Amino acid sequence: MDFSTSDLKHLFVRLAARMSTERDALCALDGVIGDGDHGIAMEQGMKAAADQIQSLDGSLQDVFNAAAKGFLNAVGASSGPLYATGFLRAGKAVGPRLAMPKDDLRLVIVAIRDGIQHRGKAEPGQKTMIDAWHPAAEAAAAGATPTSILAAAKDGMEATKPMLATLGRASRLGERVIGHADPGSVSAVMIIEEITLEMAH
Amino acid sequence: MALTQKLINEGNATVDEMLDGILAVHSDTLWRPSHAPRAVIAKHGPRSGKVALIIGGGSGHEPTFIGFVGKGLADGVAVGNVFASPPPQPAVDAALAANGGAGVLFMYGNYAGDVMNFDMAMDMLEMEGVEARTVLTTDDIASSPDISKRRGVAGNVFIFKAAGAAADLMMPIDEVERIARHANARTYTMGVALSSCSLPQTRQPSFDLPAGEMEIGMGIHGEPGVRRGPLRTANEVTDEILDTILKEMNAPKGARVAVLVNSLGATPLMELYILYKRVAERLAEAGLEIHSSLVGPYCTSLDMAGASITIMHLDDELIPLIDHPCDCAMFRQG
Repeated sequence: MDFSTSDLKHLFVRLAARMSTERDALCALDGVIGDGDHGIAMEQGMKAAADQIQSLDGSLQDVFNAAAKGFLNAVGASSGPLYATGFLRAGKAVGPRLAMPKDDLRLVIVAIRDGIQHRGKAEPGQKTMIDAWHPAAEAAAAGATPTSILAAAKDGMEATKPMLATLGRASRLGERVIGHADPGSVSAVMIIEEITLEMAH
Repeated sequence: MALTQKLINEGNATVDEMLDGILAVHSDTLWRPSHAPRAVIAKHGPRSGKVALIIGGGSGHEPTFIGFVGKGLADGVAVGNVFASPPPQPAVDAALAANGGAGVLFMYGNYAGDVMNFDMAMDMLEMEGVEARTVLTTDDIASSPDISKRRGVAGNVFIFKAAGAAADLMMPIDEVERIARHANARTYTMGVALSSCSLPQTRQPSFDLPAGEMEIGMGIHGEPGVRRGPLRTANEVTDEILDTILKEMNAPKGARVAVLVNSLGATPLMELYILYKRVAERLAEAGLEIHSSLVGPYCTSLDMAGASITIMHLDDELIPLIDHPCDCAMFRQG
């Protein structure tokens, strides 16, 4: 079963809708340990990414590249460079194809993790979005089922709750962040969920 | 929950509408490239042979950052969304518009998002053949014991001012960069928040601060502080802040300082002057001489109540730079 550029465009539309629905919840979560704007950045970024690609005529890689540019220019912030780099890597991983087997979406998950890590220099265990992306990417690379990939991401997000933050804004709050999930890992689980739903579809 | 009351039109339009207003008022000193709506440039600052000082960061801190663009201070600013770093493109646009062929210096507060975006901007400028360097501000002494991890907050105005004056005096980029680092290393800020702020998009308090309590050492984005405690008097708050700053500054008797007592947005001048009275007493007791002072909203956090105190430890090199004239939309001197 193939995954086409039109499927990829639909995926970004669903990601934009998901972030719009979750915006205030993500902001509230970020207010506890950050500056309260994570939901806004994710909503604006995914909307800009989706808008940028709808009328685009090109390959899967072209769509990812345009989505990266749209996301970055709309938000800046931390999530802008991180997801923009992730999407650029995803585009490179899938290449200039018009369609690919659905199973190749696991390459996308691995590449997004690689891009985020390249840009943000985070390691697992620092209470960041990498704590969700990394286990999901490891599961995807090992050939796990879509359900198991998502479960790995969720476990990773849950594991951020008892962590101290050592990177990013929350790192200045010391022990006060303990008990709260990292908002970036929560939105990462939502994105991974949408991708794995597509894989299983 | 009821929405906080703001005089806005549409939550997502606040930054662009604010910029339209600022440009309408200050069209004599500021301009925007037509292709770059989030890059604002000084009309009279940039010139051939001068280092271009580009500052930037999220919106919601006005007059920081845009208010400090003008002759004698910053040449341009990259404007982000509320509390969010600008993307690389406006920083590149501002740098190219202000470039005088002597190099570009980016200065902004030390936040992970800003660092990633401005670093990408530096890479993009390198591809255009323009040399860009970066000096991060790290004046918030409550934010970390490790100086390299500290945030940049209200002390920005002194640090940018010293670097902007050096650039205006046509110093080469090595000197401007050295002075910027020197100014940052001698600037110390700490603040308290008495209420949360609320973002225009959500119009909900960014964090919950019960009546009778204050956040000590909070950031300028509504990040919770490092500690929460009962609200205390102006003198007690000033004493705690000054104790912390003076200990770290460790200046000899007779040293000269610049003082900033800053409102985070909602705290009125009356309270700032009450704080200032105590600051002056404490500095006199410590044998330090106040060379110059700023009192008012210089680095805000939207509608947050609270204040910060900044002390810059001056020396013979910094004094003429702090005294150097500047003509910015929201800050004039000389």
